[in-house]
Amino acid sequence: MLCVVRNALGELAAKLGFPEPDCRAVVLAVDEALTNIIRHAYLGDAERPIEASFRRIQVARDGKSAEALEILLEDRGVTVNQEKMCGRALEDVRPGGLGLHFIRESMDTVEFSRKWGRNQLRLVKFLHTNGPRKGS
Amino acid sequence: MQIAARHLDKITIFDISGDIDLATSPQLRKALLRELRELKMPRVVLNLGAVRYIDSSGVASLVEGLKASRDVGSRLILFGLNKTVREVLQLSKLVRIFEIYDNEEQSVAT
Repeated sequence: MLCVVRNALGELAAKLGFPEPDCRAVVLAVDEALTNIIRHAYLGDAERPIEASFRRIQVARDGKSAEALEILLEDRGVTVNQEKMCGRALEDVRPGGLGLHFIRESMDTVEFSRKWGRNQLRLVKFLHTNGPRKGS
Repeated sequence: MQIAARHLDKITIFDISGDIDLATSPQLRKALLRELRELKMPRVVLNLGAVRYIDSSGVASLVEGLKASRDVGSRLILFGLNKTVREVLQLSKLVRIFEIYDNEEQSVAT
């Protein structure tokens, strides 16, 4: 299922006018976030529900209004331990622990919260382009 | 993801295609560790030219393979990295720890 989400999200980001490297960044961040939910919140169960919503928003940036893509991911898994969500030092060469680093490097805003028995992850990517919008 | 193995003297070449992600990275990890730890191949070369996507679990499998190669005194070599794979390795800051070449000729000759 992850590859289906990746393909759809890549198309969506391109239609919103994100340049190719930013499309890849958004896809990587969401893929890593979903992987973390399956692994940590659902303890490896890939069949549990994850709600995802995507919307174009206006954000204030450097005193101006800018367009961005907001992504909300919600799961009903176990509470995410915020201390474990700090990633790890990259100098430590070992497998694992890279997912959160990828998410933080790829997105402009990364926010975790726990509401009404659900984990929520909010991701925002600013639209950096001066060219014409490819889609609407 | 598809993995096809070729053998050239004491070199194993894995031609990998498709997506390396949460679902498929265990297959890559298993293939690498078998070649390095069990068969003790002196050189394992990964052709990543047809890899469309790699995530952190894929990078973790490569790191595990690299560690296994160091443990047994062999070499793990990557070649054919496209833009997507190179970007992810650079993002991980691990690109410098891997032995990477542009093509197969360099990977088997060096």
